[in-house]
Amino acid sequence: MLGLYFIISVILAILSFLNRNKALQMILLSLFLVVQAGITAYGYTHLHSEALGYFTYDATGIIFLSVLSLLSLSTVYHSYMYLKHTLADNRKQSIYYAALIGLIASMSGAYLASHLGVMWICIETTTLCVSVLIYHERTHLALEAAWKYVFICSIGIALAFVGIIFLSAAIRENGSVNLSFASIPKHLVKVNVLWLKLAFLFMLVGFSTKMGLFPMHPICVDAHTVAPPPISAFISTTLMNVGFVAIFRTYSLLAATPVHPWMNQILLWCGLLSVFVSAIYLLKVQHLKRMSAYSSLEHMGLSAIGLACGGLGYFAAIFHLVLHSFTKASIFYQVDQIHRTYNSYLVSETGNYFQRNLPGAIVILFAFTGITAIPPSGLFITEFWLMKSMYSSAHLFMLILTVIFLSFAMYGLGKNIFSLLFSRPEKVVPATGLKIPFIESVPQYFLLALVIYLGINPPVQFTNLISEAVKFLP
Amino acid sequence: MTEVLLITFSITLLYIGIVNRLLTFTRILAFQGILLFGISFIELREINTVNLVFILLETIIFKTVAVPLFLNYIIRRNKITRESDPFLPHFVSIMIITCIILASFLIFSHLADDTNFRKIFFIVALATLFTGLYIILTRKKIITHVMGYMIFENGVFILSVAIVSKMPMLVNAGILLDIFASRIGNTFEEMSVENLQNLKD
Repeated sequence: MLGLYFIISVILAILSFLNRNKALQMILLSLFLVVQAGITAYGYTHLHSEALGYFTYDATGIIFLSVLSLLSLSTVYHSYMYLKHTLADNRKQSIYYAALIGLIASMSGAYLASHLGVMWICIETTTLCVSVLIYHERTHLALEAAWKYVFICSIGIALAFVGIIFLSAAIRENGSVNLSFASIPKHLVKVNVLWLKLAFLFMLVGFSTKMGLFPMHPICVDAHTVAPPPISAFISTTLMNVGFVAIFRTYSLLAATPVHPWMNQILLWCGLLSVFVSAIYLLKVQHLKRMSAYSSLEHMGLSAIGLACGGLGYFAAIFHLVLHSFTKASIFYQVDQIHRTYNSYLVSETGNYFQRNLPGAIVILFAFTGITAIPPSGLFITEFWLMKSMYSSAHLFMLILTVIFLSFAMYGLGKNIFSLLFSRPEKVVPATGLKIPFIESVPQYFLLALVIYLGINPPVQFTNLISEAVKFLP
Repeated sequence: MTEVLLITFSITLLYIGIVNRLLTFTRILAFQGILLFGISFIELREINTVNLVFILLETIIFKTVAVPLFLNYIIRRNKITRESDPFLPHFVSIMIITCIILASFLIFSHLADDTNFRKIFFIVALATLFTGLYIILTRKKIITHVMGYMIFENGVFILSVAIVSKMPMLVNAGILLDIFASRIGNTFEEMSVENLQNLKD
């Protein structure tokens, strides 16, 4: 089934690359979305079964695959709107959609991979597809961001490869050469901790280029700023989840070894510094997309902290990422409408959004409460759990720091968003009378409602999947 | 014999620290390719022929011929000035690279040398990785960044040779990395980091 999925994706990507007809393009995309939904449903009903020898439909993979499938639906919808309004020519559109299909398929592969090498290859493919999408607008800035993204991600991915080599050196001490996730932990007993530490460090830094954690965050921020808004929405959520899944799997592999406390320390500091950096930048940032990108950095930092604190933190980290994905995606989709209204991403050149676009303004208001974890947002619950896990793992000092940084971030976000919604600046372009139809905001309302619903009343199937994903962690 | 080649390899790292002309830089990359060919030829004779041919093709054709020629072509086509423009003086560079090599010695110093684990491979590989990163960090031109990345790549190659005899799949993945790197070369038009500083807060 998974093999069929990959084959169909490749065929559809090639067809939409060659095709120049818009109606046919839509048919190809719908076909792909159906296949994507199909593989998700198939995966959920065949939990724990293997596919192709290198993939498993496990709980972690299925959770994030479902998020991916849902968001790919809304991303295709908003991409259609975006391309229609920017008047992209047919050739650019074909490249855009082909790369999008390739990206979704390779991310699905990365989520489901049950072999370290295969996961690595899938992650490498995502970089290639994303760089094409970042370069979509063909401007000087787009070239700069795409170049930086490709170059630093290649270094990151090479560092991760070095980490894999160190890990394989470790398992070789016990005579194993099998790099599948099921087999590695069995061969890590009594190996030299130096290998494990080196492996974790290299893989953490390497996969951080995808997750956007502290030392490697600038390229993610740049990429999210320059990419077309629907793509920013997509890579700021699902692609960062790919990085998280990679780090989470690495962490799970080494969780039973003596380096576990050491890993927690590293992750804790990475997370805390991410939250710190994002808080500082959120205070001064003026560009709406950069603002959202820094807010993603903050949430990635929080989930890294959750992972480091353990216990309830594991559960909360995954839950948090799922909810963050939906909230952040709706913000980025809305930013596209803001740009269409004001022809600018700068906060100083926008204002009085309530009068210009009422449905959009309501989305932004709800998304603000969502992203800053004000109830009824589901993120409130997960952030509460994260803090609880910090408290119960005796990281009181870190907890206080995190709360202070979070309030800075909240102030920074609030300042910009309320200025966008209510202020009356002089520099704003005059209203053209062109209203953005309500129908364009519907997916955003749906995603935000989902965040509230999942926070208040999470379905049992969903919580079971998360518990399943973290059950082997100490 | 492998030891001699590996030590020669680390000497080229020191030389890279003081190289000023880009052309010499590409020649060193080509020379490193030949050294890697020697190392993999001696080390990998036991594994099957297809893999062997694959790896040898990649060291000689790719690393020794194609990449240096391609880099030279770019330098000529874009009329890049011949100097490598480091941020730091050469003396500092050579000191730092020496420190990198020493540090890699220290990291692995307390591990015992045996047939399964040959220390020298890991030391040279780690030193190469960090020298590559150092070159990327301290040179102004984008073309030198690509060269730094190629050095970094060579480090990854040595590492995979060190444990390959039972893991050909990993080496093939490493080759994928190379193809990926060659793609990078096609992307750029701008030639200095100064042109790449528009994206900031």
